[in-house]
Amino acid sequence: MKFLKTVSSIALATSLAFTANSVLAKKDETIKVGVLHSLTGTMAISETTLKDTVLMMIEEQNKKGGLLGKKLEAVVVDPASNWPLFAEKTRELISKEKAEVIFGCWTSVSRKSVLPVLEELNGLLFYPVQYEGEESSKNVFYTGASPNQQAIPAVDYLMNELEVKRWVLAGTDYVYPRTTNKILEAYLKSKGVADEDIMINYTPFGHSDWQSIVSDVKKFGKTGKKTAVVSTINGDANVPFYKELANQGISAEDIPVVAFSVGEEELSGIDTKPLVGHLAAWNYFQSVEGKENAAFIKQWKKFTKDPKRVTNDPMEATYIGFQMWVKAVEKAGTTDTDKVEQAMIGITAANLTGGVAVMNKNHHLSKPVLIGEIQDDGQLEVVWETEGLVAGDAWSNFLPGSKDIIADWTKPIKCGNYNRKTKKCSGQEY
Amino acid sequence: MKPFIVNTIILILGCWLSSALAEGTAPTMPSSTSSTSTNVQTAENIAPLLTALTKAKLSKSAKILVQLEQTGGTAMLPLFEQMLNGKLYYQRADAQIIYQVKDSNDTKQYFDIFSKAPLGALDSSLVKKIRVNSKLRTHLKNTIARIQLNHGNDEERLHAVIKLTEKLTQASIDELSAALKTEVNGKVREAIEKAIALYQLQTSEDTPSKLIAIAALSGSLDSKVRNALLKLVEKNSEGKYIEKDRKVRVAVQAELKRIDGRIKIFGFIEKMFFGLSAGSVLLLAAIGLAITFGVMGVFNMAHGEMIMIGAYTTYGVQLLMPNFMEYSLFVAIPAAFLVAGIVGMIIEATVIRHLHGRPLETLLATFGISLILQQAVRSFISATNRPVVTPEWMSGSLEINPIFSLTYNRIYILIFSLIVFFLLLTILKKTALGLHVRAVSQNRAMAKSLGIRTAWVDSMTFALGSGIAGVAGVALSQITNVGPNMGQDYIIGSFMVVVFGGVGNLFGTLVGAFSLGIANKFLEPATGAVLANILVLVFIILFIQRRPKGLFPQKGRAAD
Repeated sequence: MKFLKTVSSIALATSLAFTANSVLAKKDETIKVGVLHSLTGTMAISETTLKDTVLMMIEEQNKKGGLLGKKLEAVVVDPASNWPLFAEKTRELISKEKAEVIFGCWTSVSRKSVLPVLEELNGLLFYPVQYEGEESSKNVFYTGASPNQQAIPAVDYLMNELEVKRWVLAGTDYVYPRTTNKILEAYLKSKGVADEDIMINYTPFGHSDWQSIVSDVKKFGKTGKKTAVVSTINGDANVPFYKELANQGISAEDIPVVAFSVGEEELSGIDTKPLVGHLAAWNYFQSVEGKENAAFIKQWKKFTKDPKRVTNDPMEATYIGFQMWVKAVEKAGTTDTDKVEQAMIGITAANLTGGVAVMNKNHHLSKPVLIGEIQDDGQLEVVWETEGLVAGDAWSNFLPGSKDIIADWTKPIKCGNYNRKTKKCSGQEY
Repeated sequence: MKPFIVNTIILILGCWLSSALAEGTAPTMPSSTSSTSTNVQTAENIAPLLTALTKAKLSKSAKILVQLEQTGGTAMLPLFEQMLNGKLYYQRADAQIIYQVKDSNDTKQYFDIFSKAPLGALDSSLVKKIRVNSKLRTHLKNTIARIQLNHGNDEERLHAVIKLTEKLTQASIDELSAALKTEVNGKVREAIEKAIALYQLQTSEDTPSKLIAIAALSGSLDSKVRNALLKLVEKNSEGKYIEKDRKVRVAVQAELKRIDGRIKIFGFIEKMFFGLSAGSVLLLAAIGLAITFGVMGVFNMAHGEMIMIGAYTTYGVQLLMPNFMEYSLFVAIPAAFLVAGIVGMIIEATVIRHLHGRPLETLLATFGISLILQQAVRSFISATNRPVVTPEWMSGSLEINPIFSLTYNRIYILIFSLIVFFLLLTILKKTALGLHVRAVSQNRAMAKSLGIRTAWVDSMTFALGSGIAGVAGVALSQITNVGPNMGQDYIIGSFMVVVFGGVGNLFGTLVGAFSLGIANKFLEPATGAVLANILVLVFIILFIQRRPKGLFPQKGRAAD
């Protein structure tokens, strides 16, 4: 009897192993795409949308017949808005799940957390959010805006079109606003703005009591010179900030606010009537008319089964990144990181707002920059756009430390941190 | 007359679409002919301008608007107003200018801008919006002000004068002076006279007229007056006064000293108000915890989520009564109290009761509950924030003078927090439930032996604390985000206030909340918001070291 038990258990084990083997064989026929966006925790509010976008793109690509004759398979993990967990999940995606590419991250701190893992395991990440720049990794493609594709054009607009003379740089206290404001301060001073005409203010995450700050801004703007607020305030804290502005009677005509973190998604959680006329600078707005955009919006509403869902800039950046990756893989004929990385440079993809985006040698995109005004229906309407494409700068020209540094991932430089003066590559410093 | 002609010209220009629609417009025309009168010449000039407006780039629109004002005058007012509101459209087919109104069913109805003839609900592909940006909006507001200066009612005329005072030019002064001659309303006259005096102060060259202007403006706290005065005492690059006459400078300096004195006083009052208002938010958030943690001694980490539930209830109530937004908060307050109270009762019955006397485990369990509640909201409602509408009566501010105004939402919340506080105090001090709560919290065994149903009292107390947190959520939904994380922002502040004020003492919570709020707001201008928070926290830690039982420790045997 005991013998029988052993035999049967062995048989069972072999058959199990066999099925496992065949499952593995089948899985080999797909190309795995890692999706590294927080689905729980603080950042879920923004990042779930991007997870859905990637899933939608994969579904569409599979309908077209997949890639290199194989189907794409999404591997979704949840780093739960926990920065160290981002690194762990990246390791899991690359080593265990064998993901060929990862679409993910939102905050800069999460990106910084996954960088060492990506470089150690030679993975590939597409990062779709506007950020502070001062970085270029061989293993990352930055499809969101760098400061010269968002902040600088916005300041130019205020300076030239609205004749703003006094500046409030308000931001949440973390790396993106601090670096962006440093760049902006240097830029404004280079344009001849005096020290006393610049006011810089930082607030904690989720700050909700804006009474004294808005009251200070109001006083700052009462000297007779046109004043504007350049806001790098992080998503959530914007609602009480704008509410306080409206309540204290500051309209967009008195003191316009231009924001870099407020898009359609954030506005869908606010009653926007008091905000009409305030500005946002992005590379994409849902309201832009065009065939590609209309099709994309339609597809998105169908995919999410929600006719009221809005699209936003990081979604477009994800879309462009995905299209580019598909093209690069087709061009390289493989999903091998090094080959795809080289194939990526020079690849173009259609913008949803018309025209094409180009991937540059520094792993940043050339894209158009749009300035929009908030409307009472929560949409943003374009009031100004750059003439042509603006090439993303990995290293800002307005910071003393990074003036001479460029990133160039083609031969002979092949470096993300190359000093043109000393002709030295400092490697990647984090 | 003009609307009629404009309409006719547009109709002639128009293609089949507009002629089909014109059947609707025709009968209404005679009525509009009598309203205004102008000549055919003007109307012929306006039609091409209107067409140009539909085609213009944003940067070119201002020029066309100036021409429209010059040729069209008063009759263009509806066009300017609708454009300012962003409701001005044109028909793609024939460039007929129309405006959009949303009817009660939220469908977009269109009307001719001049004749007001209804065109029905046009398909969005047939119409295009005439775009406007903030530069144009400023321009439009000034244009409207110029027109209304002579044609508006009292309030509109006053508003027009204030608008024109923002940027005074010789042209606008001429217009204001002309208006002054026929103006009968005292307030408007006063505003115009001030504007003229201000212009005199800014531009005149001779001493007497400057002194007259300073005297006329004396007592005004308007920032424009202060800026103009400051200009008169500026020094040039060599350190010499630009204004040569000493008499003027002395008068200006005396006036500036007076204004700055007022600014200081009102600045202080303003800071006090900001502090009290920040304190009222802390008080609202902490007061529920003062009961569950302070009186019952339960470490309730899910307290913030009770606030969140209250805020989401507000959102739900507003969804149910979209046509009565103004009253939605009055329904939301009892609703939030009930919903949060019931959730609290369930938590008490299923978890907290079984962990009685084990504070560490209670802390961990309630922390788990808070995570579960947050994720439940994310999964079943949405991960994104929900828009809660602020009723009209809570928006805007009460302007006391040009340098001091109080926002209505903060005033109401301050009053509301005090009402809630004293209501709660009455419940604890004057009702049977309050007596039982105090008895149970002071000596459970004794209370039980005297026949008090302690389990029932526990349940009611926890429900009361949770319900009040829910009510706080209604108030907080008016000033901050309503989202799954909102409770997290208040839990630390609440514990801080309760511990600082003295556990188990409601008055301590009141004093603690307001003193922390005021301290924060007085520190903030000097240190920035981030450092102010840290300093307050450090202060509390040091304070607790000295007085572990808070500001108002409980005394007597009950304290042990």
